[in-house]
Amino acid sequence: MDFTFNEDQTAILEAVKEFCEEELAPNAQALDEAACWPGESVKKLGELDLMGIPVPEEYGGLGMDFVTWSAVGEELSRACTTTGAVFGAHMLAMAPIMLFGREEQKRKFLKPLATGEKIGAFGLTEPGAGSDAAAVATKAVEDGDYYLLNGTKIFISNGGEAEIYVIITSTDRSRGARGMTAFVVEKGTPGFEFGKDEKKMAFSSLPNRELIFTDCRIPKENILGRRNGGFLVAMRTLGVGRIGMATGAVGLARAALEAAVPYSHQRHQFGKPISSFQAIQFMIADMATEVDCARLLTWRAAWMKDQDMPFEKEAAMAKLYASEVAMRTTTRAVQIFGGYGYTREFPVERYMREAKLFEIVEGTSEVQRGVIANYVLRELNQ
Amino acid sequence: MNIVVCIKQVPESTEVRVDPETNALIREGVKSIVNPVDENAIEAALQLREAHGGKVTVVSMGPPQAEEALRQALAMGADEAILLVDNAFRGSDTLATSYALAAAVRKVGEVDLILCGKQAIDGDTGQVGPGLAERLGMPQVTFAIGLEVEDGKLRARRVLDDLFEVLEVRPPAVVTVVKQVNDPRHPSMKNVLKAKRAEVVKWSIDDLGADAKQAGFDGSPTQVVRVWPPEKRSGGKTLEGSAEEIAEELAKAIREMTLAAG
Repeated sequence: MDFTFNEDQTAILEAVKEFCEEELAPNAQALDEAACWPGESVKKLGELDLMGIPVPEEYGGLGMDFVTWSAVGEELSRACTTTGAVFGAHMLAMAPIMLFGREEQKRKFLKPLATGEKIGAFGLTEPGAGSDAAAVATKAVEDGDYYLLNGTKIFISNGGEAEIYVIITSTDRSRGARGMTAFVVEKGTPGFEFGKDEKKMAFSSLPNRELIFTDCRIPKENILGRRNGGFLVAMRTLGVGRIGMATGAVGLARAALEAAVPYSHQRHQFGKPISSFQAIQFMIADMATEVDCARLLTWRAAWMKDQDMPFEKEAAMAKLYASEVAMRTTTRAVQIFGGYGYTREFPVERYMREAKLFEIVEGTSEVQRGVIANYVLRELNQ
Repeated sequence: MNIVVCIKQVPESTEVRVDPETNALIREGVKSIVNPVDENAIEAALQLREAHGGKVTVVSMGPPQAEEALRQALAMGADEAILLVDNAFRGSDTLATSYALAAAVRKVGEVDLILCGKQAIDGDTGQVGPGLAERLGMPQVTFAIGLEVEDGKLRARRVLDDLFEVLEVRPPAVVTVVKQVNDPRHPSMKNVLKAKRAEVVKWSIDDLGADAKQAGFDGSPTQVVRVWPPEKRSGGKTLEGSAEEIAEELAKAIREMTLAAG
């Protein structure tokens, strides 16, 4: 067992930290209210080879592993949660193509995603299908060499800005989860339009849009994986997505901890810095311990993915724990800042609003607990 | 266009501590970085290469660990990196530094342009660039805020205290740049990995065929008598009130200061 990064990882993380400090962190607060796609930052992520970290070099990636991807994602989210979220949602399009794409699909779709030339998004959620992923109602009906897509996806991260979408459809409603098919759909395809961009509690600059398909003709060669094998594509993608969400949550929680510590030294009450009071010290201790636990769970899940081991349970644990840690840590940071923490003068107020997202997306905490319980009840009943 | 960029590795900290015994900067526990304005010089070189082709060679004189600074330059996109490393270079002042760097530039061979940052944040002398031009018998343009190549001529815009000056020189020439000349790029991760594996060429004083008497301590007539950190600035005074009241009070303060200064 080894908890250290190798030289390549260290060099990359050092370069990423500098980039984050200089390019991302200064804009993070403004993005909260701007409701403006961080196009410049996202473009730079591509130029710096950060969009395809675990993608093999032959497909334009960096050829590194998911642990590195997660460590980089944490740095991005720590500096700018919005950019970190774009980075995470982008993987939701790359992961299924890496896992299920045929050679020509990888060349056509994975490469521009890995280089950051194009942005990716993943469309599963619908008005009637969220936690119940098998209830997807967007229909894909065979029509010669094509499929006709009809239906609406909602809350799609990177929606509208992304150019390559992996869309989960229902090809045989009677078969439920076994009648779903994944397609790659490109922006600009006739019959594919964007609807409402949700106004949210936080992350105003991260688009979460409706995708509307009206007799949208998609060639058969854009099927990802097998026909009626879409549920597996969705589940495997969500597995990677959960590592991504855990990563974002760890970055956010760390940002809150790193804001709270210097403030606790500066803020004086009763003639002393508040960091000298045990009440504050215990909060800081819990925050630091929990952030570390969340990170270790996240990296373990990423490492298992890198070893080609089953990692779904561990990814669910990481996502569940990290998102709840993000909520607790940001809440404590606001508490340490006191009245100032409730104002928009300091970022912790934003952090607390942002944290709530992580307990909901990519499977709510309740869904994660269900997933984990399923595994544990089975595994330990032998 | 073949460009040599001369860079220096400096301590990152702006909180400089000085060893009272040796008058030298305390470098332990302080991260080393590429002198910030030298990154602008590297960026300027890369942009000229991208526009006109050619090769960018980065040279530094320093201890073995200065190799890290050169790797940073390679990660940004420089083609080759050379470290002048030898005990004979130790204790160099700006005269001896420019001597060694000039010898290195000659050894590199066909060079059209030598770029330097205007000064280093540790020594702050700003003498190495001009010294290098003198040593090489080349024209020099200091404090460039803009740089272009046209009809085989270099046109540089200099920023001075209260004016800009545009100078044209025929290459080869030495140009020192200021921070505002550009925005240095962040290295791509592929370049970071490539730079880690790249070779940094090392030249000793013998490789340069240089005279040891003109290098290092022996070649440095400058004696540092004393070095001390500047006194910490006090917090200053904040004026409060309406604009009129503040203006009134400020005018009064200035009058008093002027009187006190005689």
